[in-house]
Amino acid sequence: MKLSKILLATSAVGVATAGLAYAGGHMATGSFTLVSWGGAYQASQTNAYTNPYSANNPGVEFVWDESSAEAVAKLRAMNEAGNLTWDLVDVVASDALRLCDEGLAMEIDADEMLAPAPDGTSASDDFGDLLVGDCFIPQIVYSTTFGYRTDMVPDGVEPPNDICDVFDLETYPGMRSLESRPINNMEWALLCDGVAKADVYDVLATDEGQEQALAKLDTIRDSVIWWNAGADTPQLLADGEIFIGSTYNGRLFSAIVEQNQPIGMMWDAQVFDLDGWIVPAGLPEDRLARVMDFVNFATDTQRLADQAAYISYGPARLSSAPLVGNHAELGIEMAPHMPTDPNNAKNTFLYNYEFWADYRDDIDAKFQAWLAQ
Amino acid sequence: MFDTAKDAFVAFEHVQKSYDGETLVVKDLNLQIGQGEFLTMLGPSGSGKTTCLMMLAGFETATHGEILLQGRPINNIPPHKRGIGMVFQNYALFPHMSVAENLAFPLEVRGMGKSEREGKIKRALDMVQMGDFGGRRPAQLSGGQQQRIALARALVFEPELVLMDEPLGALDKQLREHMQFEITNLAHRLGITTVYVTHDQTEALTMSDRVAVFDDGRIQQLDPPDVLYEQPQNSFVAQFIGENNTLSGVVTKISGDRCVVKLDSGDEIDARPVNVSAVGDRTTVSIRPERVEMDKRRLSPDAHTLKGEVLEFIYMGDIFRTRLRVAGSEDFIIKTRNAPDQKRLTPGTQIEIGWLPEDCRALDA
Amino acid sequence: MARANSRLLKTNTSDGDRMSDTTNSGPMLAADGTPLKTSLARALRRQKLRALMLIAPLLAFVVLTFVVPIGSMLFRSVENQIVSGTLPETVEALDAWHGQDDTLPDETVFQALFFDLFRAAEAKEHTKLGSRLNYERTGLSSMFRTTGRGIDDIGEVFQDWLEDADPAFKDGITWYEMLSGTGGEDLIQERRALWANMVGEGFAGDIGFTLSGEIAALLPQTAAAYSDWAIYTAVADEDVVSEEDPWEAVYAALALDLARPETAFALTSYTGVGARPLANAIAALPSLPQIDFRAAFIEENDGWGNIENWQTIKIYSPDYTTGYFLNAIDMEKGLEGVNARPENQQLYIKLFVRTMIMSLIITGSCIFLGYPVAWLLANLPVRSANVLMILVLLPFWTSLLVRTSAWKVLLQQQGVINDILVWLGFVDDANRLILMNNSTGTIIAMTHILLPFMILPLYSVMKTIPPSYLRAAKSLGATNWTAFWRVYFPQSVPGIGAGSILVFILAIGYYITPEIVGGTDGVFISNRIAYHISSSLNWGLAAALGSILLALVLALYWLYDRIVGIDNVKLGG
Repeated sequence: MKLSKILLATSAVGVATAGLAYAGGHMATGSFTLVSWGGAYQASQTNAYTNPYSANNPGVEFVWDESSAEAVAKLRAMNEAGNLTWDLVDVVASDALRLCDEGLAMEIDADEMLAPAPDGTSASDDFGDLLVGDCFIPQIVYSTTFGYRTDMVPDGVEPPNDICDVFDLETYPGMRSLESRPINNMEWALLCDGVAKADVYDVLATDEGQEQALAKLDTIRDSVIWWNAGADTPQLLADGEIFIGSTYNGRLFSAIVEQNQPIGMMWDAQVFDLDGWIVPAGLPEDRLARVMDFVNFATDTQRLADQAAYISYGPARLSSAPLVGNHAELGIEMAPHMPTDPNNAKNTFLYNYEFWADYRDDIDAKFQAWLAQ
Repeated sequence: MFDTAKDAFVAFEHVQKSYDGETLVVKDLNLQIGQGEFLTMLGPSGSGKTTCLMMLAGFETATHGEILLQGRPINNIPPHKRGIGMVFQNYALFPHMSVAENLAFPLEVRGMGKSEREGKIKRALDMVQMGDFGGRRPAQLSGGQQQRIALARALVFEPELVLMDEPLGALDKQLREHMQFEITNLAHRLGITTVYVTHDQTEALTMSDRVAVFDDGRIQQLDPPDVLYEQPQNSFVAQFIGENNTLSGVVTKISGDRCVVKLDSGDEIDARPVNVSAVGDRTTVSIRPERVEMDKRRLSPDAHTLKGEVLEFIYMGDIFRTRLRVAGSEDFIIKTRNAPDQKRLTPGTQIEIGWLPEDCRALDA
Repeated sequence: MARANSRLLKTNTSDGDRMSDTTNSGPMLAADGTPLKTSLARALRRQKLRALMLIAPLLAFVVLTFVVPIGSMLFRSVENQIVSGTLPETVEALDAWHGQDDTLPDETVFQALFFDLFRAAEAKEHTKLGSRLNYERTGLSSMFRTTGRGIDDIGEVFQDWLEDADPAFKDGITWYEMLSGTGGEDLIQERRALWANMVGEGFAGDIGFTLSGEIAALLPQTAAAYSDWAIYTAVADEDVVSEEDPWEAVYAALALDLARPETAFALTSYTGVGARPLANAIAALPSLPQIDFRAAFIEENDGWGNIENWQTIKIYSPDYTTGYFLNAIDMEKGLEGVNARPENQQLYIKLFVRTMIMSLIITGSCIFLGYPVAWLLANLPVRSANVLMILVLLPFWTSLLVRTSAWKVLLQQQGVINDILVWLGFVDDANRLILMNNSTGTIIAMTHILLPFMILPLYSVMKTIPPSYLRAAKSLGATNWTAFWRVYFPQSVPGIGAGSILVFILAIGYYITPEIVGGTDGVFISNRIAYHISSSLNWGLAAALGSILLALVLALYWLYDRIVGIDNVKLGG
């Protein structure tokens, strides 16, 4: 009884002091918390951003938190609790917009805070249209596109090369996998139901258009596995569970090039999206200064180009594109695997942030109700 | 008692039982029980008595040998078809059923109609004087009441054979004695055959027609209580039943139903030879404390006597209990009646004791 | 048995109480003369206090981790102060508008909206409100965002006009001096409260500006708008009020004040600070741009001309709303009352029903599979029982994600189970069974995951059922089945009850496993709750869904108590 009491007491003290030591250390050694997605993507950030930065700033220690998928909810919770433990958060552009709308992300003045291109072009011109919203610092362009099993293509049929092949169960029988949310799927459905690309969002803004898209999805509904995590589709393809499925192009790249799976890319109607940093609103000044110093370094032209050597996502700066080289380990040329490569980008969409910010709740409710039928 | 096993109501024939294939718990058991008899299986724990009962009930199967009920072998008859009533150690009253439901259970599974059932339940409850308790739950009853209900339940379907596995073990002394009386009474009144298992020798002696004393997987002696008490066949039975003084020595003379035993202390005593056959055999003589005589006048003149020193005198109400040092033993007990003329011995007193030769039995060593 | 004893004890003590109550006529006295009851109470109080201190840490823990979160969840599911907090004066002005006929709110509403939204845009609160209202009506998010971006433009017209009328208005100090004075403290307090309500912070502290009561009476809107600006500049921006130029809303407010004829009349007798620029402005009144905030807003975003958007704002203007709860049961609030949602948006009732049914199925299969295992555990010799127990507990020692992923490998169409079935010839290779990404997958995986929660209580109850009951039943003439069904089973029911409650309650709250193996028709309401928590950020709806789930569990618990009796639940002897 007594002994256990003592043990309890000392362990409590231990925890408390450890906590203090951590809190204290946070400031003193200059460690800061980066939030990212884990896996190959985070590894590319470590290689391209933090390792070189640490080499120049030996006092800085990076702590990674693989919470990007729940970043919006967690930041909101931190904000409500008044205890901000993150310094820099990697999110997709739509989340950055929401965080900005919620006042959870700091507003960014690109020209003032970010490095200009080597030729002197201002950061805002170098990033161009990719600076969506007021808080977003883009890093990469990725795309949501399709991969298919090359060995499951029926004999005597061309491999799929058109988005509408996904909806063509007769020519290309087999299961498909699509993300279990309306975004992208609704656009593809309308596109393959005769809506011109330019009209897609006008149509989708109407109840009839939403019905039309869902009706089109209905035609393949029984052959679809709906995924929630980006790793699902490559896994389903590798297991032979599906014939074709959508996911992020980088995931397919590693399945094809790094794991030698019999998978082919189908780039038609790929949807570009952006991933980048946001700085949480309300950082104390000393932490903010450190974060901005790092961001300035990590989003310069060379760093963004370097990242492309580790993962097949396109750098968000125009000036980085010519600097993209070969894969850091495999030595293959990366350019043809980039979603932005002219050969791949013949027919593309850019994620319509404004539209989905408005329609997401409504269409999602309809989409989920449709799924649940 | 019976000519063949077929005549007996219950018969065990060369029954053996082993649980692990290495040791026998029951070794070659032969036992015949007559119709209407109250037979008690008495023995220390681990002696095999409960196993025998369970084999009879059908919850254990005999490894070898046969058990006959009314002349029919029952080895392959499942317990529920044997029609044997049973009272368990902790009564095993079903806690989720009322008393009446407990009693109705054996009748229900026999497909008896409701009105008939109710009549029988009422009679059974009245029989154990629990007529008003039909609606109670077992947990609301005292130990003695539960005991009566268990008895009533075992009897309500009118079995011809009832087994009782230490049914009074959980009761306090007074209640136990009362229930002993009630159970025997009931058994005899209904004329049912009863096999009763206990480790309490008083219970065995007061209740039974015959007692089978078990030890080490065998019946050591099977006799009516008085025979068992007064004529134990071996030293185990003598020790187990009642209180006993034992002294060990060597037989020096045998003639008919008399023998002389020379104790290890050198003293000589008279005894009745039971388990000894020749001069020179080692033996344990056993003498009941109440048969020890302090009045020399009551013994024959040539009787051997022993010197004893009083070590302790205990007043026990109805009797006096005196502990003596006799022939090297310090546990020699004498019991005397608390009669007006009875002397109360004080420690240190030297006395001379003796006994009638027929009260002192020379048993196995 | 323990239960039975305590029941007996209870009757005993109550008998005792009754006896002591009735045995005497006056109050019983203790040895020192105090009434016995008092001294007993005193003796017991110390005991109670000690007991309370012993459980105090636990109590605090429970309150912090259980009561507070649940309370905050319940509160969040009805809380709706964001609308009136962000647009306080608009909401007030909307009182007069009923929205039944097809007319938009009048100009006063739009004027109030201008000042409210101006403040909200400065504090970046308008987008939060937009997100909130967008849950109810599509398009409001961008309506608020774009309008917030362009709201300066609406006020700039008046700024240009005033600065043309008198260049002194360009200078912040003109405004500062004109509005400074004493007597306007109440208004400042009022405006502080508005800020605090909107931003959710104190907005206390010195602002380096005191409002003149005289000018506040003359130019009420200007005084309010300037105070708003001054408070925000001093407290939020931490700037010095006298050195900064006011924002456009202040110019618009002055224009509105001046445009009222009675103001112009009253100003003729005003001789205080700033009398000259004000006189110049009145002189310039003929060139005042037309005041039409409605048109200006519709120009910024035509959503403001849509009557349904206004209806939504009006419906959701109260501080507390049933909207989230209605949404959670596929209903919605209209101006006229409550309507069912369009059929193509009805989702939650279906999910609630599915969650309940599937949880019941899972509980049922856990009973079905767990009962024999628990029976074996309780009746095997200790050594073998221990091995079996380890097998039962083994899943506990593996991460939930790993176990669920393992089921994926087993259940998928090219998975182990299908492979074996095809190999054995039970299933045609072309028609492999679909065992996952549907409700079957959820039921299989969840049954496996929750099985120990059924087995353990069952086992601990069965362990206390002496084998003599079964023997007794058999000796009384019952067949094996009857003995089991009539005697053993009823006694194991408390274990089934405890296991079922555990499994059922765990099942309805699970979302990871359904998410991974459930596909679309195997997901639960908890998956939607998780979605609204982490993806859509509609925490109010998530809280409402959670509250309903909680209420359903409590209702089922009550039902269970009514049917089976809650004392018929045992986790052990």
